[in-house]
Amino acid sequence: MTSSVPTTPESVRQQAAEVAARRRKRTRSTTTRWRRRTLLGLYLVFVILPIYWLLNLSFQTNSEILGSFSFWPQNFTIANYARIFTDSNWYMGYVNSLAYVLMNMLISISVALPAAYAFSRFRFIGDKHLFFWLLTNLMAPPAVFLLPYFQLYYSVGLFDTHIAVALAHCLFNIPLAIWILEGFMSSVPKEVDETAYIDGYSFPRFFVTIFLPMIRSGIGVTLFFLFMFSWVELLLSRTLTATNAQPIASIMTRTSTASGIDWGTLAAAGVLTIIPGVVVVYFVRNHIAKGFALGRT
Amino acid sequence: MEWMVWTLPTAIFFSGIAAILLGMTAWELASPSVERRGFLPIATTRGDRLFIGLLSAAYIHLAVVGFTDISIWFALGTSVLWLLVLMRWG
Amino acid sequence: MNKVYNNRAWFLILPMLLLVAFSAIIPLMTVVNYSVQDVFDANTRFFTGTEWFEVMLNDSALQAALLRQFAFSFTILAIEVPLGIGIALLMPKRGWQASAVLILITLPLLIPWNVVGSIWQLFTRGDIGLMGVGIRELGYAYNITRNPADAWATIILMDVWHWTPLIALLCYSGLRSIPDAYYQAARIDRASKWAVFRYIQLPKLTNVLVIGVLLRFMHSFMIYAEPFVLTGGGPGSSTTFLSQSLTTMAIGQQDLGPSAAFSLIYFLIILLVCWVFYTAIMNSQKDKTTQGGA
Repeated sequence: MTSSVPTTPESVRQQAAEVAARRRKRTRSTTTRWRRRTLLGLYLVFVILPIYWLLNLSFQTNSEILGSFSFWPQNFTIANYARIFTDSNWYMGYVNSLAYVLMNMLISISVALPAAYAFSRFRFIGDKHLFFWLLTNLMAPPAVFLLPYFQLYYSVGLFDTHIAVALAHCLFNIPLAIWILEGFMSSVPKEVDETAYIDGYSFPRFFVTIFLPMIRSGIGVTLFFLFMFSWVELLLSRTLTATNAQPIASIMTRTSTASGIDWGTLAAAGVLTIIPGVVVVYFVRNHIAKGFALGRT
Repeated sequence: MEWMVWTLPTAIFFSGIAAILLGMTAWELASPSVERRGFLPIATTRGDRLFIGLLSAAYIHLAVVGFTDISIWFALGTSVLWLLVLMRWG
Repeated sequence: MNKVYNNRAWFLILPMLLLVAFSAIIPLMTVVNYSVQDVFDANTRFFTGTEWFEVMLNDSALQAALLRQFAFSFTILAIEVPLGIGIALLMPKRGWQASAVLILITLPLLIPWNVVGSIWQLFTRGDIGLMGVGIRELGYAYNITRNPADAWATIILMDVWHWTPLIALLCYSGLRSIPDAYYQAARIDRASKWAVFRYIQLPKLTNVLVIGVLLRFMHSFMIYAEPFVLTGGGPGSSTTFLSQSLTTMAIGQQDLGPSAAFSLIYFLIILLVCWVFYTAIMNSQKDKTTQGGA
């Protein structure tokens, strides 16, 4: 293949690139590669270490945590996890959190998809200002909106329900979803739309059967970010719930009692909050690795 | 609505903003705005100039209220004047 | 892309607009209403005019919190952005290693914010924490509840740990979207590594970096749960940032009027900074495209 005489400009370029790449590979000594790996490795250690420590403490009893300092559990115990899984107050926290996160993802993505399509395909009165206004909602400080939120949801009778938290999280998740999706949609050529309309597709049918499959990975990435920001939020979800829809993050504050902090349970509960995130990243890893360039281009 | 603790001045304020937005929409429908370059360093449309005007009006009010003893009506007057200048020549 | 002018697009926007307006505009109006009154409850309240704004603008504790907030936000941006770009360049591009590194790096982003605080509390405590004990073993009397410098360093380290992955993730995706042909062309031209970065990779990253920096800037202003759990704002008030001052005032002391006034001031500051940043970026891009088209 490489010995044949190149005939087109592309193949000339291809061959030149291959030759250059081979030369570079030889000259780029193994030390460079090892340096890269070491640097990345160091960063990964920095990322893992605090999480490892949480894991370590979660398998120890409180007396061991406070009594002796060890790099791994000496008396391995799963009592901390057992406590969480047997007490409905505890495990319902995870169910509640997951419930409102999923609701929020569903609501956000279903209203953000048409809106993002409008922003990516049309000009209309106030479009730029609307877009910036959406972004300002990402910066709204939740701290002082707390009280109005509490009263708003109380007055419409949604206080302490999952849907209340899901709706409240729409405040920052819908703008974020539109922002991300708009970038993906703008990279789909407009000829696709036009061809479909000429072929007699109605807008809803075109949108669902042709357009959405084309931005599949965009939707995956968006869902990942929606999950992330709804799952990690504390202030709003804590304020809008009492007992029926209390998120795990606010249940965890129960570990500090008058007799001191229950470190083991705190650590175990912390470990369990990480797991849903890992599952979500696992599903979208290929979409992220495929590459996306966010933003209006 | 009771929990929103409305007062007359804030009600007037928000009605004013709403009226301006409606008016701008009507104006835009009647004669679409063209992006142009005035004394501001960037090219702006009518809506951009309105936004800049309102944002700077907020800062003018804050400065007057926070750091001087001048009446707030003076700040309001200055802001309206500045907004008009901005809309015409900005 | 040439967009069609069509005001019927508003119908596509409408559902979203209603939902966001419900959650954004009604509370915002209420905050404005609070800010001009002394509210005890819905029936007992007094009109105070601009008094709260005057008080808040001259409150030295809040001014200090604001300065601290800016110092914090710019410090973490200065560390996280270059570090995030660096990590993204180092990450493996394909195979199982790419997936593994991606999942590991994303971990801190998916941990609830108060759990992040707990993790770092457990990690840095002088009696049970790996880092706390480790530094003490090295002979430095590390103590985040006594020494403000230690508390600051720890909070910055925690934020770098927590949020650098976001920048790295966005940059990594941006880099992966560069077609291989660009790199091939660069190889033929024998472009140096720096030239590849400067003229191929960095321009592609501009967009994601704008998003990353804006998100980080806005979020750093809202930072609440992590320092609250880790240091409680102390020692003294050395790590009390804006959101915490606000929450203490609004929830703890039930001072609705002053805290509403202050949150409006705070909102205006962020609005201005973000608008300037956003406009500057959008305009520089527009200049580039018009030059390219001409």
